[in-house]
Amino acid sequence: MKTPDKEEFTLSIYSENHVGLLNQITTVFTRRHINIESLTTSESAISGIHKFTVVVDATADNIEKLAKQIEKRIDVLKVFVFRADEIIHQEIALYKVSTSSLLGGNEIEKLVRQYGARILEITPEYTVIEKTGHKEETQELFEKLDPYGVSQFVRSGRIAITKTKKELLENYLKKLETDQTQLN
Amino acid sequence: MEPQSQLLMKEKTNETRRMSGSEAVMQSLLKEGTSIIFGYPGGAIMPIYDALYNYHDQMHHVLTRHEQGAVHAAQGYARVTGKVGVCFATSGPGATNTVTGLADAMMDSTPLVVITGQVTSSLLGTDAFQETDVVGVTQPVTKWNYQVRKAEDIPAALARAFYIARSGRPGPVVVDITKDAQINELDFQYRPVKSIRSYTPESPIDFHQIEEAAKLINLSKKPLALIGQGIVLGNAEKELLDFLEKSGIPAAWTLLGLSAIPSSHPQNVGMLGMHGNYGPNIKTNEADLIIAIGMRFDDRVTGDLTRYATNAKVIHMEIDPAEINKNVHADVPVLGNVKKTLPLITGKITKNEHKDWLAEFEACFRIEYNRIIDKEIAPDDKGLRMGEVISKVSSAFNDDAVMVTDVGQHQMMSARYFRFKQTRSVVTSGGLGTMGFGVPAAMGAKLGAPERPVCVFVGDGGFQMTIQELGTIFQTKIPVKIVLLNNNFLGMVRQWQELFFDRRYASTELINPDFQTIAKGYHVPSVKVTERETLNDAIKQMVESEGPFLMEVLVEKEGNVFPMVPSGASVSDIRLE
Ligand SMILES: Cc1ncc(C[n+]2csc(CCOP(=O)(O)OP(=O)(O)O)c2C)c(N)n1
Ligand SMILES: [Mg+2]
Repeated sequence: MKTPDKEEFTLSIYSENHVGLLNQITTVFTRRHINIESLTTSESAISGIHKFTVVVDATADNIEKLAKQIEKRIDVLKVFVFRADEIIHQEIALYKVSTSSLLGGNEIEKLVRQYGARILEITPEYTVIEKTGHKEETQELFEKLDPYGVSQFVRSGRIAITKTKKELLENYLKKLETDQTQLN
Repeated sequence: MEPQSQLLMKEKTNETRRMSGSEAVMQSLLKEGTSIIFGYPGGAIMPIYDALYNYHDQMHHVLTRHEQGAVHAAQGYARVTGKVGVCFATSGPGATNTVTGLADAMMDSTPLVVITGQVTSSLLGTDAFQETDVVGVTQPVTKWNYQVRKAEDIPAALARAFYIARSGRPGPVVVDITKDAQINELDFQYRPVKSIRSYTPESPIDFHQIEEAAKLINLSKKPLALIGQGIVLGNAEKELLDFLEKSGIPAAWTLLGLSAIPSSHPQNVGMLGMHGNYGPNIKTNEADLIIAIGMRFDDRVTGDLTRYATNAKVIHMEIDPAEINKNVHADVPVLGNVKKTLPLITGKITKNEHKDWLAEFEACFRIEYNRIIDKEIAPDDKGLRMGEVISKVSSAFNDDAVMVTDVGQHQMMSARYFRFKQTRSVVTSGGLGTMGFGVPAAMGAKLGAPERPVCVFVGDGGFQMTIQELGTIFQTKIPVKIVLLNNNFLGMVRQWQELFFDRRYASTELINPDFQTIAKGYHVPSVKVTERETLNDAIKQMVESEGPFLMEVLVEKEGNVFPMVPSGASVSDIRLE
């Protein structure tokens, strides 16, 4: 049997804001041996509800099972699974270079302009450059800057927004309400 | 002592009352209808035990000999009653000793609330004496867990715990309460939880799915119903019978589905799985429709998934959405409680009999009877066999006892040869296969169903994993009947060594103690059977005994359980020898 291809998926996981939830969620990944490529957590647009954005490489079949097992945790409200074309997503990267290398010529400045990056801070010693974009873009800039000496480089996890108009969770919460009245 | 607890009773009103966290635990348990607790004390839970002291006339506490025993006993209690089993354990080692029982209850969907004491909140995270991260340790083996650090949070946490444990697909819950929360005071008021925003215990019924399922059933020529514990958990036995009797569909049960319908029902075609019956296994790949009702397609049931139900469409009726398409693709998933969905389907199907199809199972049964069953329950050779003992014990109890088992060959034999008349007559460790489960689970079962005989079958290996619970049986006077099927081997592992490891019996032979002497030490009367001639008398003695009783039977050392679907093989490759 041919093993099905892995694809990149972004999961938006909404939960109550309780201690220990991250652990509850990540153990589901661990059990299925799925490596987390990136993870971001924050409050969602709805107050009191937390949002985890997780990027993984997995098969479509596996991701469906994974999502259901996460959703099964009592304090998890809902899990939405997206392919890349269903979301707008960004990551932010910070690069630290020595200010002397910046002054040495206009190469770095050119790169900053060309990549739509910006300079966050300049001190006599170092300069911090910031770029938001997809991973490939921030990576490419890193490779271009590297010859001039990047002393630190960090990249955040992915954050994502769906292309549909409303926050999906709101629709879900509405549906919950109607289901509840149907059950009672 | 007692005047004080009477006072407490009188004060029971809806108004709030000032009390300690520990007393709030007791009051909350009363509100949830708890009348029995299985547990073991220790430093971090002493305030709760102190509060318990005032409630002895309303709450029976069973002091087990090990926390694992307490959890298994609570499981046995929950399985026969359908109520939530409740346990107490102290922090650290007390809590970690509950882990096996929690994992077992998680696998087998058994509702439990386990309350553990925890070190004082100011010491949390400091590696204090007997501090363990109980929430972290039990998280993967509980449906929900929670640490309470403030007395005033106790009622709400317990209300939530009970609601989660018993609703939807049931499961075990741990509430870890710090010592200061037990000691400090609160204004007690109890509000039972009726819903939780982030938790959907039952999906609403999708009538389109019902429609589709009924259509498939009406078209099917060779349908097979697979019945699991979901029937029992949903109290849907009557709804299942109505469905079966209108549809005429043959029904096979899983290990945990045993006793959901009577053994003698004409449409009952036996047990599924590795050591199940020949017919339901071999016919799985001939069926054109599988109707799975409250079961989860465990690998011990399906064997090789790529060669499972190859000719069938699948209807999967299930309360837990995560089970749909997990192992077997469902052509028609029917989400929800089977107690509600089954009658809707029954209402839409046409009456049928499936006589020829049922006759095929009958033919399979005759093959299995001649090749295996007859030799097992009525052997001509000298050695005693597990099957004959189990079958005779079943008859001696009029086929109406609660059967509890440990894990191993004797478990599979019990599942095959014991017979049932009413539901909730089986307590066995299915998903986790926990040796040591049997004896403590039987104690809980007997306390939950005191009016029914409770008989536990154990092996010589598993018996010794929780043998200390004979102390609980003695102290608490629990009249369970223990049948020890002694083959002086870790029999099930030995069978695999014989069949798949070239008879290399690595560490499976047991040199055993004199079990009768041990029983005597615990004041449990016993009899030992070494020859067939004395078996009937011994069984009679056991059945007629008033209190607890041990019947040890020396069975054939190298008996095997057949049929068998070897691990990883297809159900079609079931072996009769
Ligand atoms: C706690 C635990 N450890 C190990 C096993 C693996 N195991 C399954 S069956 C079995 C043998 C059981 O022997 P015994 O209790 O004598 O029962 P028998 O098979 O002989 O009837 C073993 C070791 C298990 N299921 N549970
Ligand atoms: Mg044995």
